[in-house]
Amino acid sequence: MPEPIIVLDRAAIQRGLARIAHEIAERNEDSQAVVLIGIQKGGVPLARRLSALLAGIWGHPVRAGDLDVSMHRDDLDQRLAPDVQPTVIPFDITGKTVVLVDDVLFSGRTTRAAMDALNDFGRPKRIQLAVLVDRGHRELPIKADFVGKNYPTARTETIRVKVDESGGADEVTLERK
Amino acid sequence: MSWNRKHLLDIESLTPEEIITVLDTARAFKAVGERAIKKVPALRGKTVVNLFVEPSTRTRISFELSEQRLSADIINFTAEASSLKKGETLKDTARNLQALNTDFIVIRHSASGAPSFLARELNASVINAGDGAHEHPTQALLDAFTIRERKGRIAGLNVTILGDILYSRVARSDIWALTKLGANVTLCGPSTLVPRVFEQMGCRVTHDVDEAIREADIINLLRIQHERQRKTMFPGLGEYTSLFGLTKARLARTRPDALIMHPGPINRGVEIDSNIADCERSLILEQVTNGLAVRMAVLFLVNGGKGPHEVAP
Repeated sequence: MPEPIIVLDRAAIQRGLARIAHEIAERNEDSQAVVLIGIQKGGVPLARRLSALLAGIWGHPVRAGDLDVSMHRDDLDQRLAPDVQPTVIPFDITGKTVVLVDDVLFSGRTTRAAMDALNDFGRPKRIQLAVLVDRGHRELPIKADFVGKNYPTARTETIRVKVDESGGADEVTLERK
Repeated sequence: MSWNRKHLLDIESLTPEEIITVLDTARAFKAVGERAIKKVPALRGKTVVNLFVEPSTRTRISFELSEQRLSADIINFTAEASSLKKGETLKDTARNLQALNTDFIVIRHSASGAPSFLARELNASVINAGDGAHEHPTQALLDAFTIRERKGRIAGLNVTILGDILYSRVARSDIWALTKLGANVTLCGPSTLVPRVFEQMGCRVTHDVDEAIREADIINLLRIQHERQRKTMFPGLGEYTSLFGLTKARLARTRPDALIMHPGPINRGVEIDSNIADCERSLILEQVTNGLAVRMAVLFLVNGGKGPHEVAP
């Protein structure tokens, strides 16, 4: 197997997240109405980091929650049961601007499942989507509002995202089969 | 993630990793039950038949509500109101269920092995909701879940199962699950109901109740099953209570952090003092709540176990 290609290194990920945070701030004048929801698992640390960046820009705390979409997937009878992670949304999302955060946007099915899952928690005023990498190959009419990097891929390739809350070991790589 | 089984027939054949997978998954489903909207679409469009050939209230209701919370369509089939009363064999009942294209069959039956029989005959996923004196796997999983949630672990804990072990499928499933997860299991009760042969399952057998509960972290009480005892195994219920019942005086001699469990239905004043059943050390109602989460997790996992055995990206 060929060596993985580095798509984003640590500095590029930090720059990408800072830019996304500024774009979210620019798009949303009512900063108090914005909450971030990270999609398990890759979106969770990214949502926490965007929350810290936005708190710096706006000068007030920005709440972040975790959402698992396993129970809302559309392929549950075509695969082994997914590993279910906790959903923790310790605030009301009704009337809020929810920014969904994920690491990679691919088919769009996870985003659809996430929007369905959010419905069970309340009725947001609007939902926006922020992703670190958009790799193409959409199967649903879904488009991200905020993108760290557009990176066209082949379906056979794999994008691996390594991020944590501290940012210590950030890296996005592409693996070819 | 380690679950690729289409059925849940027993605990005996599960690995510790598989048991842990159910418990971890159940944690997420417990959270679903605490939301304003307690329903997820995981089994939308799937049909579940609850085939309860032997009477059951709490297990059947728990399965029904679990299935509803997963958005499945449900058919309830009870012995009293079914063709089984008219002489139909289990095999013919099964073939009729097959003809309805059901996806899951939850079966409670007085014959040990009935769930395995259905699993061989049918395309549907089969979940054992209690078969004879063999096993009651979802009860053991909810017991393990409850212990793990309250004590933070199972390995190394002293669990005493007290009561009618011989006729109890709950005891058998509990023994398998708890010993696989590393607990020290002690069995206690009248010698006629707790024979030494159970030592072969990896647990300790004693007929001295005070000794059995002295160092216990968990005391799991079982009901005396009048309906399964064809001959008298002990003199009477009053005698049972005085020799083996969990009374206040006995509880006072246990560890202060020992917790009390019971699969229900409880017989107040027989195996358990009425006040103990309601005290803060009793986990009896938590077991009922956790039963829902565990059964949702089992249905969710066996649904995945039917598909091609590969993990999608």
